[in-house]
Amino acid sequence: MRGLPDRKTGWLSWLSTTDHKKIGLMYIYATFLFFMLGGVEALLMRLQLAQSQNTLINPQTYEALVTMHGTTMIFLFVVPVLAGFGNYFVPLMIGARDMAFPRLNALSFWLLVFGGIVFYMSVFFTPPNTGWTFYAPLSDSAFSPSNGVDAWIFLIHLTGLSSVLGAINFVATIHNMRARGMGWARMPLFIWGILIYSYLLILALPSVAAAVTMLLTDRHFGTGFFDVAQGGDPLLWQHLFWFFGHPEVYIMILPVFGMISEIIPVFSRKPVFGYKAIAASTAAIAFLGMLVWAHHMFTTPTPIVVLAFFMLSSFAIAVPTGIKIFNWIATMWRGALVFKVPMYFAVGFIAQFLIGGISGVMSAVFPVDWQLQDTYYIVAHIHYVLFGGSVFGIFAGLYYWFPKMSGRMMNETLGKVSFWLMFVGFNMTFFVQHALGLEGMPRRIYTYQSGYGWDTENLISTIGSFILAAGILVTLFNAVRSVKTGKKAGNDPWNANTLEWFTPSPPPENNFDVIPRIRSAEPMKDIRREVAAAGRPAGSVAQPVAPGT
Amino acid sequence: MIPRALPRRRALILALVGAAALLLALAPVASADWFSPESGGSPNANDIDTLYKIVMYIGIVIFFLVEGLLLYSVIKFRRRRYGAEPAMVHGNTPLEVGWTIGAALIVAIIAAITFIYLPRIKNPPNSSANGLQQFAGEEFASVEQPKPPNGKALRINVVGQQYIWRYDYIGAQRLTENRPVYAYYQMVVPTNTTVVLQINSSDVAHSWWIPKLGGKQDAIPGHNNYTWFKISKPGVYKGQCAELCGNNHADMLAEVRAIPPDQFKAWLVSQRQAILQSQQALAAQRKAGEGQ
Repeated sequence: MRGLPDRKTGWLSWLSTTDHKKIGLMYIYATFLFFMLGGVEALLMRLQLAQSQNTLINPQTYEALVTMHGTTMIFLFVVPVLAGFGNYFVPLMIGARDMAFPRLNALSFWLLVFGGIVFYMSVFFTPPNTGWTFYAPLSDSAFSPSNGVDAWIFLIHLTGLSSVLGAINFVATIHNMRARGMGWARMPLFIWGILIYSYLLILALPSVAAAVTMLLTDRHFGTGFFDVAQGGDPLLWQHLFWFFGHPEVYIMILPVFGMISEIIPVFSRKPVFGYKAIAASTAAIAFLGMLVWAHHMFTTPTPIVVLAFFMLSSFAIAVPTGIKIFNWIATMWRGALVFKVPMYFAVGFIAQFLIGGISGVMSAVFPVDWQLQDTYYIVAHIHYVLFGGSVFGIFAGLYYWFPKMSGRMMNETLGKVSFWLMFVGFNMTFFVQHALGLEGMPRRIYTYQSGYGWDTENLISTIGSFILAAGILVTLFNAVRSVKTGKKAGNDPWNANTLEWFTPSPPPENNFDVIPRIRSAEPMKDIRREVAAAGRPAGSVAQPVAPGT
Repeated sequence: MIPRALPRRRALILALVGAAALLLALAPVASADWFSPESGGSPNANDIDTLYKIVMYIGIVIFFLVEGLLLYSVIKFRRRRYGAEPAMVHGNTPLEVGWTIGAALIVAIIAAITFIYLPRIKNPPNSSANGLQQFAGEEFASVEQPKPPNGKALRINVVGQQYIWRYDYIGAQRLTENRPVYAYYQMVVPTNTTVVLQINSSDVAHSWWIPKLGGKQDAIPGHNNYTWFKISKPGVYKGQCAELCGNNHADMLAEVRAIPPDQFKAWLVSQRQAILQSQQALAAQRKAGEGQ
């Protein structure tokens, strides 16, 4: 309980903690560390590509950077940072005192850390250099004898187990531990995002776990799952990998959709428009997301009827995604928009994610994809979705929830400087890459010929990437500085709608002394109304649940 | 209500400036060729280019519509000091149904257009009258790719290997007394002739791609993949491997040189001669080696 004298402090309390908030913070610290590593890898690649036939980085190192960057950003940043925000805020937003399985929760986090360490240890022998997709037979022992591939296999197993255990924990928590009165239709949309993210992780991860196990036995124990000479098939790898890999894309965006659906209404001073449509479209995207994996394989030897199916299923996803975008704009429509930093990033998210969505539909047209596949057009597309989308959303979430996590506000001016640097840098880096792809530049090449006319665009892209990096550094600086010197936040600095703002910032170990009864999807609005009506402090308005829960 | 007139005018001006800037930024997108796939070498590349542009125009309309609404909201609905509290609207079912159906209709239209263009992109046509059809008359088709209407095309097998492309002219062997003719890196083909490619790999996955001659097709060990092109303009068309195949993936270049059919026949003979000579030279070397 709050105020008890034996509350643990010091570094041991972090190592041994099962408190969802501490675990959530450790997720965020660790993943941002990996985010910086992945970012440095990206900048090195951009330096190498700044001019044609550059010799700054040798081919071996370049392909290792390609592989480490993709792997780091996906498995060690975007997916686990969302688990971090989920860990911190799911119990707070549903009015629970912790996750359902606190020790399992700690295990999930430490598995992630060890997965990352195992993978990065390969830097000291031979890092893998097959791209984050590890296509067989290139990743087989005949072509990649180094142990870097094995380090990656262990990373997939460790982070995969971490994610599955975390996902089971989220599902159990969200299904069973919601505050009294919080029915399915009153659950915050971020909780919907995390719930469906969890289901997708449970459904998709076994496929990649199986695939990497098969790769491991192919490499070391003489099996031939992917070896043509032994009757195996390289396409099997691609199917198993993408059966996981495409849902993974939605795993990386659905909780971010949830964050945006929380932030836009708060800063529009209006309820979210079409709550049920947004929640239902999240489920629809997840379901359809399981049925589109082979759109990554449009150029493989596959019958046209199969390609047509995957084109149509990919088109179908555009519909629920479009519904979300329209609902967010409708939420802003005739609102009273308050432009604090979280809103900047949320609006930037919508503007950029839309471009990724449109280029996604264009590359789902499979005859067109025969030109676009494996080019910088696709690099641009995934970064508009994962950086312009997910990362901008994560930054919106960081600025939005930092006051709750630290008890202090982040600096608004630095936040806006960071946003504009990131917005300009991001679009400068990636918009021209569409053109590069259309002009025939394949992805993952360590250099390019000088006569192809790709020099200017690559230089623009490289300059943009450093502006983007500067913007990110401003936010990191802002966060570090604000922990000590930021303005005190108080319980509810944004006049927000959800339950995490009911409790002090940062929340006490038990989260809530009293858990209010939930009467709508915006409990804080109800509480503020009651407080205003009764003229009493918030704590006494809430109806405590029975003692002992 | 009093200070409303000025912000509204300012908002309108801002909106106009924003829209003009966006238009300026995107005007080249709509017209210039650097923002659509490469084309001009082969009819399938041209059709992909056209299909891409149609979808892109639809995309640009949606882009302007949605970004316009977003920009308008950002400017118009900022909180004002004396502004009224916004109305607490929770949703609107007809609107939800409307934009769901609207979005579904748009993708249905794109799907329909795709299926209209698909046969022209996928199916090889006949060689022209001034092509090499009288010789390259091999009947060749696969489940994946039908043969040209008259059945005749020049067939070349493309084999990817780290880090070079090999071309086997198996469809032209009747011009060389059924002796094998092959080449590396540069593929020489006759103009105005439908060339059908059967693509596979002898080691890891590669992807065959000459942007001006149409889409790429992956070379996967244990599988055959197919594509075709038909070049009317003599010249050299460049490309490179598009699937990461190892550290030197960037060095796996390829080019197609199109020459008139008569010159092509002469090239076949000389290439056959060159292969023969190098084999003889190699045999002589081996013999010399044995003698030592």
